[in-house]
Amino acid sequence: MADTAKTTHPQPAGRPEKGAEFGYVGIDAILEQMRRKAMKQGFELNIMVVGQSGLGKSTLINTLFKSKVSRRSVMPSDEERIPKTIEIKSVSHDIEEKGVRMKLTVIDTPGFGDQINNENCWQPIMKFINEQYEQYLQEEINISRKKRIPDSRVHCCIYFIPPTGHCLRPIDIEFMRHLSKVVNIVPVIAKADTLTLEERDFFKQKIREDLRVNEIEVYPQKEFDEDSEDRMINDKIREMIPFAVVGSDQEYQVNGKRLLGRKTRWGTVEVENTAHCEFAYLRDLLIRTHMQNLKDITSSIHYEVYRVRRLNENNTHPSDQPNGHSNGVPTHEVLSHEM
Amino acid sequence: MSSSDVARQGQERNARPLSLSGHVGFDSLPDQLVSKSTNQGFCFNILCIGETGIGKSTLMDTLFNTNFENFESSHFEPRVKLRAQTYDLQESNVRLKLTIVNTVGFGDQMNKQESYQHVVDYIDTQFESYLQEELKIKRALHNYHDSRIHACLYFIAPSGHSLKSLDLVTMKKLDSKVNIIPVIAKADTISKSELHKFKIKIMSELVSNGVQIYQFPTDDETVSKINTSMNGHLPFAVVGSTEEVKIGNKMVKARQYPWGVVQVENENHCDFVKLREMLICVNMEDLREQTHTRHYELYRRCKLEEMGFKDTDPESKPVSLQETYEAKRQEFLLELQRREEEMRQMFVQRVKEKEAELKEAERELQGKFEQLKRLHADEKSKLDDKRKSLEDEMNSFSKKKAAAELLQGQSLSANSNIKKDKDRKNSGFM
Repeated sequence: MADTAKTTHPQPAGRPEKGAEFGYVGIDAILEQMRRKAMKQGFELNIMVVGQSGLGKSTLINTLFKSKVSRRSVMPSDEERIPKTIEIKSVSHDIEEKGVRMKLTVIDTPGFGDQINNENCWQPIMKFINEQYEQYLQEEINISRKKRIPDSRVHCCIYFIPPTGHCLRPIDIEFMRHLSKVVNIVPVIAKADTLTLEERDFFKQKIREDLRVNEIEVYPQKEFDEDSEDRMINDKIREMIPFAVVGSDQEYQVNGKRLLGRKTRWGTVEVENTAHCEFAYLRDLLIRTHMQNLKDITSSIHYEVYRVRRLNENNTHPSDQPNGHSNGVPTHEVLSHEM
Repeated sequence: MSSSDVARQGQERNARPLSLSGHVGFDSLPDQLVSKSTNQGFCFNILCIGETGIGKSTLMDTLFNTNFENFESSHFEPRVKLRAQTYDLQESNVRLKLTIVNTVGFGDQMNKQESYQHVVDYIDTQFESYLQEELKIKRALHNYHDSRIHACLYFIAPSGHSLKSLDLVTMKKLDSKVNIIPVIAKADTISKSELHKFKIKIMSELVSNGVQIYQFPTDDETVSKINTSMNGHLPFAVVGSTEEVKIGNKMVKARQYPWGVVQVENENHCDFVKLREMLICVNMEDLREQTHTRHYELYRRCKLEEMGFKDTDPESKPVSLQETYEAKRQEFLLELQRREEEMRQMFVQRVKEKEAELKEAERELQGKFEQLKRLHADEKSKLDDKRKSLEDEMNSFSKKKAAAELLQGQSLSANSNIKKDKDRKNSGFM
């Protein structure tokens, strides 16, 4: 029989300098062990890009990951083929940088917003995201399960807003309203080189206002800030969303340096220059500082919400509507595609 | 990892390898992961099994360089108990929640047949509570305080001969549930040559009895060399001490004997440094991972199968956990309903009985009431009679009185008449 544990705080006698013979225990070596383990396992990241054709989604992904992630020679160009329905195309890549291996999956959604009647355009995407959660859940509740459950859940959804300069359109609001409850949405203003700085600020303000009025929580969500330090960092980010980005995979000579940019007759837009556009902030947010956080929020919050809803469905009568995060689609059977 | 591995994994996972033309920046991912873990803090649970007085608490104190406020246990415990204590340690910026579980009274009983069972039960209980948390609908796994045992230090008494049968039996029962690291306690009682023979004997006994102790992992190139060499030094012969002795011009942890000083951190004297190196500095994360991916999964699988869940039904078609769960739930609900019906019947029965009893009582009371009423009526009538007779008497008495008075009055008036007559006569005569 075990007695209940009691917590005491003995004086830590370990001295921080490594190599000191006396008094050093070595607990902080666990950081190194974790790093080693993470490097060995590799990482996974799944990004979804959503937006109308021609907004530069593929180019932005190529710019973010500095490689030809979307091979446009394979896909027919956008003018030739507009899909009749929204398709979900998922392509995986293995990339490696300084010993860190990552499996990057980019999920493209050609056909979004391109039809004449765009009602319920968000449904196929919602269905796809829920299917990924379902797959993970099924694997997790197996009796004999894999050592590492392959994670195909969408960690981040980049939503491209066309640079009208006015405000959000109904399709934008509808989409973000439904999907912000199941996935981390990062809205960006596409092709921002068509807006002047004043127009850009006005547009952003309007967008933030629209988001607030419609109670849409985009990433980083206020309710998931863990402590005041987090809140401070995230508040700065929240003041800047949506990021106004310009994408390019071509290099030009500017001031003696080769930089990614878009060359026009009146000047060259430098992609990584923060005075020109906010691509660098987006890249830093997505990759350099908040990547792990995106994955954590997906797995510990969005996935858990899905799981709760799914497991409760078996308990309640099918005619009951699940409360909480509802997606508006009637759930009268326990089938994932109808969620 | 080499590029061929990347390509191979790419094929496995349907991903094409891609080369980057510039610095993207996701090499900071391990740093992000590490900083998140540092914020959360780490959790490590050690179980120490060994006889009373073999030096478990002292070794823990020495290992973690603190005084864990332990007290000596008696040798007269009737049963093996486990005492768990949790401590918050911090070194540089790493916070560790350390739980040390000690067996109390292990090996002290006359009959040691049940000794290992309590340990096994404790380990299973920790697995069970983690499983319960994982199966909950609304769960909080990232905040959960993991109490599963990550490492088990088994203290072997330094007899110099071989393992005791209790040791073999206990380790055999535990090897599939926890990472066992055997250590030879109080190693300063054995000489170097005896120690060498002892270690060989122990390892061969373990192998011949099929006990699987924890092997330090050798698949990662950074640590495989040191781990392989350490695997050859198992079981570690350790000496623990919290007292310090001055050697040269330094104070070191040591045990002082008249014939010399045993220095704890001297690798020539004992394997303490090796143990600390292996347990904490190199393999702590691997111990935690093995516990989670191997021992816990095994427990979970066995437990769920025991409860009747299967991945495939007899026709080898995949059965979803949910369906089985649903079926079980239906069963359970039916059982509940049946019990409820039973209870209701019993209740109705009891109510009827009580009702009958009460009716009986009511009848009795009614009877008594009637009787009393009758008595009362009787008495009343008797009293009435008496009153009547009394009244009659009174009446007759008053009649008599009236008659008597009348008579008296008459006689008086007659007397007075006579008197008057007399007077008249007298006066008349006059």
